Amino acid sequence: MIMADEMKLVNVKVNGIPVAAPIGTTILDAAHMAGVKIPTLCYLKGTNEVGDCRLCLVESTKARGLVASCMYPLSAMDEGAEIKTNTPVILESRKRTLELILSTHERKCLSCVRSGNCELQKLCKEYGVDDEKLYDGYRNEFELDTTAVHMVRDNNKCILCRRCVGACDNIQGLGIIGANNRGFASFIGCAFDKGLGETSCIHCGQCIVACPTGALYEKDDTAKIEAAIADPEKLVIVQPAPSIRATLGEEFGLPIGTDVEGKMATAFRRLGFDKIFDTDFGADLTIMEESAELIERVQKGGALPMITSCSPGWVKYCETYYPEQIGHLSTCKSPQQMFGAVTKTYYAEKLGIDPKNIFTVGVMPCTAKKFEVTRDQSAVPGVMDVDVSITTRELARMIKRHDIDFTALPDGSFDDPLGESTGAAVIFGVTGGVMEAALRTAVEKLTGETLEKVEFNEVRGFDGIKEATYNVAGTEIKVAVASGLKNAKVLMDQIEAGTSPYTFIEIMGCPGGCINGGGQPLVDSMVRNFVDVRALRANALYANDAAKTLRKSHENPSIKKIYEEYFAEPGSHKAHEILHCSYVKRSIN
Amino acid sequence: MGADKKAVPFKGTEEQKQQLLEMIAGLKNERGALMPILQKAQDIYGYLPIEVQTMISDETGIPLEKIYGVATFYSQFSLYPKGKNQISVCLGTACYVKGSGDVYNKLMEKLGIEGGQCTPDGKFSLDACRCIGACGLAPVMTINGEVYGKLTADMLDGILAKYE
Amino acid sequence: MISINELNQIKAEMEGLVAMRCEGEAAIKAMSKEGQTYKRHVLVCGGTGCTSAHSEEIIERFKDGIAKNGLEKEVCVIRTGCHGLCALGPIVIVYPEAAFYANVEVSIVDEIVSEHLVNGNMVTKYLYDKTVTDKGIISMHETDFYKKQNRVALRNCGVIDPESIREYIGTGGYQALAKVLTTMTPEDVIQVVLDSGLRGRGGAGFPTGRKWAMARTLVQDGGQKYVCCNADEGDPGAFMDRSVLEGDPHVVLEAMAIAGYTIGASQGYIYVRAEYPIAVQRLEIAIKQARECGLLGENIFGTGFSFDIGLRLGAGAFVCGEETALMTSIEGNRGEPRPRPPFPAVKGLFERPTVLNNVETWANIPQIILRGAEWFASMGTEKSKGTKVFALGGKIQNTGLVEIPMGTTLREVVEEIGGGVPNGKKFKAAQTGGPSGGCIPASHMDVPMDYDNLIAIGSMMGSGGLIVMDEDNCMVDIAKFFLEFTVDESCGKCNPCRIGTRRMLEILDKITKGQATMDDLDRLEKLAAHLQKSSLCALGQTAPNPIISTLRYFRDEYIAHIVDKKCPAGVCKDLLSFKVDKDKCIGCGLCARNCPANALNKTDYVAPGHKLPSFEIDSAKCIKCGVCIGNCRPKAITKQ
Repeated sequence: MIMADEMKLVNVKVNGIPVAAPIGTTILDAAHMAGVKIPTLCYLKGTNEVGDCRLCLVESTKARGLVASCMYPLSAMDEGAEIKTNTPVILESRKRTLELILSTHERKCLSCVRSGNCELQKLCKEYGVDDEKLYDGYRNEFELDTTAVHMVRDNNKCILCRRCVGACDNIQGLGIIGANNRGFASFIGCAFDKGLGETSCIHCGQCIVACPTGALYEKDDTAKIEAAIADPEKLVIVQPAPSIRATLGEEFGLPIGTDVEGKMATAFRRLGFDKIFDTDFGADLTIMEESAELIERVQKGGALPMITSCSPGWVKYCETYYPEQIGHLSTCKSPQQMFGAVTKTYYAEKLGIDPKNIFTVGVMPCTAKKFEVTRDQSAVPGVMDVDVSITTRELARMIKRHDIDFTALPDGSFDDPLGESTGAAVIFGVTGGVMEAALRTAVEKLTGETLEKVEFNEVRGFDGIKEATYNVAGTEIKVAVASGLKNAKVLMDQIEAGTSPYTFIEIMGCPGGCINGGGQPLVDSMVRNFVDVRALRANALYANDAAKTLRKSHENPSIKKIYEEYFAEPGSHKAHEILHCSYVKRSIN
Repeated sequence: MGADKKAVPFKGTEEQKQQLLEMIAGLKNERGALMPILQKAQDIYGYLPIEVQTMISDETGIPLEKIYGVATFYSQFSLYPKGKNQISVCLGTACYVKGSGDVYNKLMEKLGIEGGQCTPDGKFSLDACRCIGACGLAPVMTINGEVYGKLTADMLDGILAKYE
Repeated sequence: MISINELNQIKAEMEGLVAMRCEGEAAIKAMSKEGQTYKRHVLVCGGTGCTSAHSEEIIERFKDGIAKNGLEKEVCVIRTGCHGLCALGPIVIVYPEAAFYANVEVSIVDEIVSEHLVNGNMVTKYLYDKTVTDKGIISMHETDFYKKQNRVALRNCGVIDPESIREYIGTGGYQALAKVLTTMTPEDVIQVVLDSGLRGRGGAGFPTGRKWAMARTLVQDGGQKYVCCNADEGDPGAFMDRSVLEGDPHVVLEAMAIAGYTIGASQGYIYVRAEYPIAVQRLEIAIKQARECGLLGENIFGTGFSFDIGLRLGAGAFVCGEETALMTSIEGNRGEPRPRPPFPAVKGLFERPTVLNNVETWANIPQIILRGAEWFASMGTEKSKGTKVFALGGKIQNTGLVEIPMGTTLREVVEEIGGGVPNGKKFKAAQTGGPSGGCIPASHMDVPMDYDNLIAIGSMMGSGGLIVMDEDNCMVDIAKFFLEFTVDESCGKCNPCRIGTRRMLEILDKITKGQATMDDLDRLEKLAAHLQKSSLCALGQTAPNPIISTLRYFRDEYIAHIVDKKCPAGVCKDLLSFKVDKDKCIGCGLCARNCPANALNKTDYVAPGHKLPSFEIDSAKCIKCGVCIGNCRPKAITKQ
């Protein structure tokens, strides 16, 4: 932290409103401090800072011509600057830029997945674009790229803002997509114009949540669910991931960070799901298996550090970019897959029905889960652990389509036995949560004593890499938590070099963890640039955890019962067959 | 996108590969070495097909897409083999006002190809180029670097014949 | 590593040799100097223009001839850089007479050797005709083309062997660096450059001294800073930077080292177009020689100052001439510009403070250091000091490079230096500044050309390309030509430029095809204004200039295309129709035989006084190629 008195300030006026901003603040941020909102279309804080859309142009008495406010750092030379953001010249410039963009944009707005929350559409309305055809001319035409399992690229709607490129390169460090060709012929795509599905894309979907238009969108799998629900033969089970309860409300206009767990359960019931269970149960189960695996590796000398395997984007990244290190991955399936496997084995046996007639749906914050369900790791041969995985956005679409007035719904609850969970499970949805949940269980297991303070604050927060050292029963355990693959790379390079000091590492593919997953509700950049959406969403999960009486996975009665009735103990042979998996080495494409 | 991308089988030799690997090893620790690497790779292979770009990606750790993005940005990088004889017609201002556009059109007609293409027999490829700074000789073209100045359309047959 | 004494020693050895290629007394003095053995110097141009016209073979022929006649000790042959008058290439100049042989062919070399080098008589018939006057043979420096010129940036081009560091040192080369390193503080250097009034020669005209001062003072964290040379000369028709690099590469190295000392940088980069192979080769040689002499590298002149230069080649992207794009390209990326601020002086190459100047700017620096700010500021106009190199091209007699004091009028350049418009045609306009510039019409021919005046009349200095157009050039077509260029060269990063240039071109295309309405013109003007204000970099901001300036001075031509559907200059094919004057046609049929589209048909009409029936043109078939006009001896075919 820089102390206020050390911070050098520069005094400017934005539309006449005085602001004292620290040197280095962009005009865009200074304007925000003055309560002035400047439109942005390419700028996405921390992800894409290139200044190419030209919508945030402003005038300053200290600068020549119009300048891009998103990129202009205020310096001592700007002292006393009068900045104007809404002069006739600027308004005309914005309108004209929008008209030009529209001339290259396939304007199928009524049937577009982003109709209503398209940033381009919104700005056209705000800046009075009244003739969408004004500058129509030659337009590049593109075939849809549907090769990837999780998403579609429609370059006909791409406005070349490059936010997706920033997400893939600056955030994830992958560089799978980028700008190809030059000038009017340039477009965003993969090397040698390959389809996304032919590359090493890890399906994280961060590009989708960065996209301001309908150029990138998840493949919608809700029709498969509708069909299963309509099929009287099928027992349709739904399992929402921990983070869904913290984000689903946004799709219905509720403030970011509203916990809608109860309404969500009711909505599932009204949609016609037969059993309303919870991935949180799968998370508790994961902790049982993973902490046992960790203790075993420590005691028997297995591959350390052990790394979590909940995040399918991360797992594919490890398989592709660090194929020699896959031995470090926990063999535990992810909570979604563990849960699915339990429904097709334990639960099917319990009900005495053919697992083929159980249809398990995951509602996930994640587009990579669509890839994960296709992995060859089924507990019951020929039967998928999870049949369909949809994102938060797809669930919201289903709810809207089914005439459900979400905000007016009464709170409901999950069904037994696979709907019961603890506070340890719900924090899986935020970076550090799996680590914290594992520590709650592992520490008690290793010390044999009851843990009084269950919060492990060292692994909370949104730093890209967090580390902590704990002394557990005389043994020092050094742990690290990383989210976002650019950060994961740092830890993996240590492992590859043989210098990793850690025992246990949690890695989530998306920065901030699942609450910021590629399947989560889209947040307009005008909000995202100034509000830490991740923190608001995480708060809802931490509050949910704090309100629970049971906050350690091993205290979950249904978990105890499943071990008594079925798996005997964590890491048992049966547990291995059903709840664990293996990994494959992949090459970079 | 754009020009049709016929797959030409890659015929790189082991010797070329060794040359490429040595060249990359010599350059990869230099900051921002991608451009010189691509330029030298194109000198070795004549063009930059996916096989070559993939080797560069593997050796430097630069994502393939980034290399491709750079290769498709600069007009001197080619993803396709060029003709044995490379004709470039200058369409700079000085040449243009003196009729190099007509020369260019005439060449397309004579060779039966569009600009940017290679004749089916692989003998000639034709490109328009930016000002080569030989404005005193306008209009000019180059064949394999050899400059032909003060051109008129009826000089073309004689010049092309030298390369047949 | 050489010391300053050793540098002076080389200078003393070489200066006589080099000075002989000067005028009159200096040359005679040089000849009488001790150690001076050559009585004659044969300078053969080795610039791109003359090299393409086989000047290498001419050099070989001269050497052979000299050897055969046993003159090796008396005559030397030097391959130099460009002399400027490219239209007359290959050029051979023989000193001390400064006899200027033009359009030299290998076949005449022997005659020059035997007559001039052996017998001492100039071969008048091969001399540049402007040097042969009623009053006898005059030196090239007295011709119209050269006499108004004042060569500062080009002072060594065409005078020294660019591949010899010793010749460069002989002209006083590296003395400025020695002076700076031993007698001046960085602040002193900045002050001299500021006082000289030197402004960037690459286009925008930013004061060079201010740029250096910013890079020196704004960031002082002890980290690496960079000095870059923009040699990505891309404006079509401009080749002064190429000439400096080919003719005097060391001047750029020396100037960059001076800037390195001034701002505190130890590394420089030269970004040069790959289309300039001779320039690249000579730079490579120059860098190697400078390193060998310790004029680049560690501890230069034992002063503790270290500076080295790396060469980077462009790969065919005009936008890389824009300073931020050039830096992203050196960094190994797509050459896309970055918004400014932050300016390169604060955050440039590899995010470090960077000074970037273009070749011609660098070429002025050593002279400013040696001869002083006052000397430099005495040339030019109030706000534009010194000289500027222009590349004359297009419809002008003397195509080539000229260096003239700022403030020279266009009329002097075109009519006196350039020798006027050829073929008796009328001057219509001059285009300066390439695709970023604009047109100067005949009515402004007497405006003194400097940065500010050119902008005031709607053009710009740019890098100094000056293309002359005559009555046969259609201004709408010219605007379209430049737009085609910018559309091709737009990097595609920002919306206004990527889409806007394309849309402007589409509208221009409609106009030249007679399909446009006045509404289109309105849309065009609005877009042009938009791109100027809203594009990310100078390429997009200046892309509309050719349109705006042609509209300013030749609006009537646009109206003629749009309203009357006519192209007054007879260029836009879609608006032309070809007609045969039946009474002039002699019925020879040459037109019909040569027509590629079989558009000419014989009629039944025989004009009075003629024997054969006349022809007529089937306008549906006519492709307006103009071949028939060229073939028609009685000039019966016209285009309208």
